[in-house]
Amino acid sequence: MSAVTIVDSTLRDGSHAKRHRLTTAEVAAVAGGLESAGVPVIEVSHGDGLGGSSFNYGFSAVDERELIAAAVAAAPASRIAVLLLPGIGTKDDLHAARDLGASVVRVATHCTEADISPSHLGVARELGYTAIGFLMMAHMNSPEGLAEQARIMADAGAEAVYVTDSAGALLPAEVAARVSALRNGLPAHVAVGFHGHQNLSLGIGNSLAAVDAGATWVDGCTCGMGAGAGNAPTELLAATLERHGGIETGIDALTMMDVAEEVVRPLLDRPQVADRESIILGYAGVYSSFLLHANRAAERFGVSAKDILIEAGRRQAVGGQEDLIIDIAAELAAAPVAS
Amino acid sequence: MSARIPCAILGSGNIGTDLMYKLMRSPVLEPAAMVGIDPASDGLKRAADAGLEVSAGGADWIVAHPELCAFVFEATSAKAHAANAPLFAEAGLQSIDLTPAKLGPGVVPVVNLEDHHNAPDVNMITCGGQATIPMVAAVASVCAVPYAEIVATIASLSAGPGTRQSIDEFTRTTAKGIEEIGGAQKGKAIIILNPADPPIMMRDTVYCAIPEDADRDAITAAVHAMRDRVAEYVPGYRLRTDPVFDEGRVAIFLEVEGAADYLPAYAGNLDIMTSAAVRVGEVLAEVRGPAMEAVS
Repeated sequence: MSAVTIVDSTLRDGSHAKRHRLTTAEVAAVAGGLESAGVPVIEVSHGDGLGGSSFNYGFSAVDERELIAAAVAAAPASRIAVLLLPGIGTKDDLHAARDLGASVVRVATHCTEADISPSHLGVARELGYTAIGFLMMAHMNSPEGLAEQARIMADAGAEAVYVTDSAGALLPAEVAARVSALRNGLPAHVAVGFHGHQNLSLGIGNSLAAVDAGATWVDGCTCGMGAGAGNAPTELLAATLERHGGIETGIDALTMMDVAEEVVRPLLDRPQVADRESIILGYAGVYSSFLLHANRAAERFGVSAKDILIEAGRRQAVGGQEDLIIDIAAELAAAPVAS
Repeated sequence: MSARIPCAILGSGNIGTDLMYKLMRSPVLEPAAMVGIDPASDGLKRAADAGLEVSAGGADWIVAHPELCAFVFEATSAKAHAANAPLFAEAGLQSIDLTPAKLGPGVVPVVNLEDHHNAPDVNMITCGGQATIPMVAAVASVCAVPYAEIVATIASLSAGPGTRQSIDEFTRTTAKGIEEIGGAQKGKAIIILNPADPPIMMRDTVYCAIPEDADRDAITAAVHAMRDRVAEYVPGYRLRTDPVFDEGRVAIFLEVEGAADYLPAYAGNLDIMTSAAVRVGEVLAEVRGPAMEAVS
């Protein structure tokens, strides 16, 4: 019987769904609930990672450092993870989060830019974090290309490297091909992970395909609370992995369902469903957190969110380019209307 | 043309070579020598073809030829400049540093160069800083800017190993420049690498927090005027739209197209560094004027 480590990212990827307005009390309640269900790793950060609080991505209502401290206090039996995107957050943020008790870090880059991560992964190892590489927008690189990038992170000390389907664009066979390529290309002591979104309603199916292909770290968000249509729901991961040959996650599936229903579902600002704009994210290969920014820009400039997202996909935008959305909306608004 | 001031370029890589072509067009400065450490580099070959003195002898060659090197454009690495700067100082040579060494004051030609006319070594900050600090300063000339944030998006192909290995350096140095030179009380910088094919132009977004009652027309006018002033030395420096105002903030969207002298046009991030460095040299040469002769 094999084992999979689940990372619940409700308090990080879910930050997007809450427009980064999570409160200390909400974080403590969710972290405590997840701990009671046996979730081994709980990620807490601004949605765009440490240092993400900004005009570009949205300001946090509560400083993420306060939220990290609240989660550490509320979930002593779980490990607290943070996300860092080099170029947005810095090594200073890694030091601060470690001092607050975070012990796992995912260092995230676009799927072709892993060579901006080694110094951050190195500092993470020195500080005693479990250091993990996170290759975002994994649909934009081939399985072989992704494996090469993963090796850069492994060489820099990553103990696991993720195939991160930030756009929720991958189909199960594409996930399996990428996870297999990493599994075959990395030393045995480096694990492979998968992070799935629901934009094409494949978060769970893709996660199962990833596990079958050798992934031993899988991300979920409770009730799917995350960017775009949301993430693979943690309560469904717990249930389906148990049914899938009895894969051990350490999570009690029944308690996890209670936490989802009673603690997290009341926090949702909107249903986490694959509505039109969310499907577009997966269909056009667009970073999931662009969704709410596109909705706002559409309203502000009187244009269609769908058109903004399609254009962002056409321009091959990568994660972090939220400023491009206003630019595109302004351009669409200025364009002559076809008659 | 004998009145042009002779300069040396130290570093025969992409930046040094692009700089040479820009200096060749300067009415004030004359690229007299290109000095590297690799005799086989493309940059040294091109410099020799263009009629410059070339050497693979590094900083030692420069200090031995002060008559060719009124200004030294340092286009090597932070570590190299830290080692070279004392040699230049001892030889009485002035340096314009395009590396992240930050030994001398950071300068942006249209914002704070006049504060550092006598500095023997000036630093060009970062590409994102050269593109965005002028806009922060433009807004700050109209109203208080308690916070400014910039997002620089550059083509992956234009980000060299130096940038990639020390990306925190970019964000910290640029944020500091936004505060100390741009005039924002607090600054933040973000950099994104985009591997799209064909490569994207450098894009920079500048967000400034502004008071609710700020004069929006005056800000828009200041932004356009600043665009024109920067475009005098970076012709491909453009506003993508008029400034966009929202509650408590203004957003300015820039695009920088390079002149494609040596580097491709999309590499506006590199072009703005070399263009601004040439402008700094021209201004300093004119200000120091006759005194140049006395520098030795």
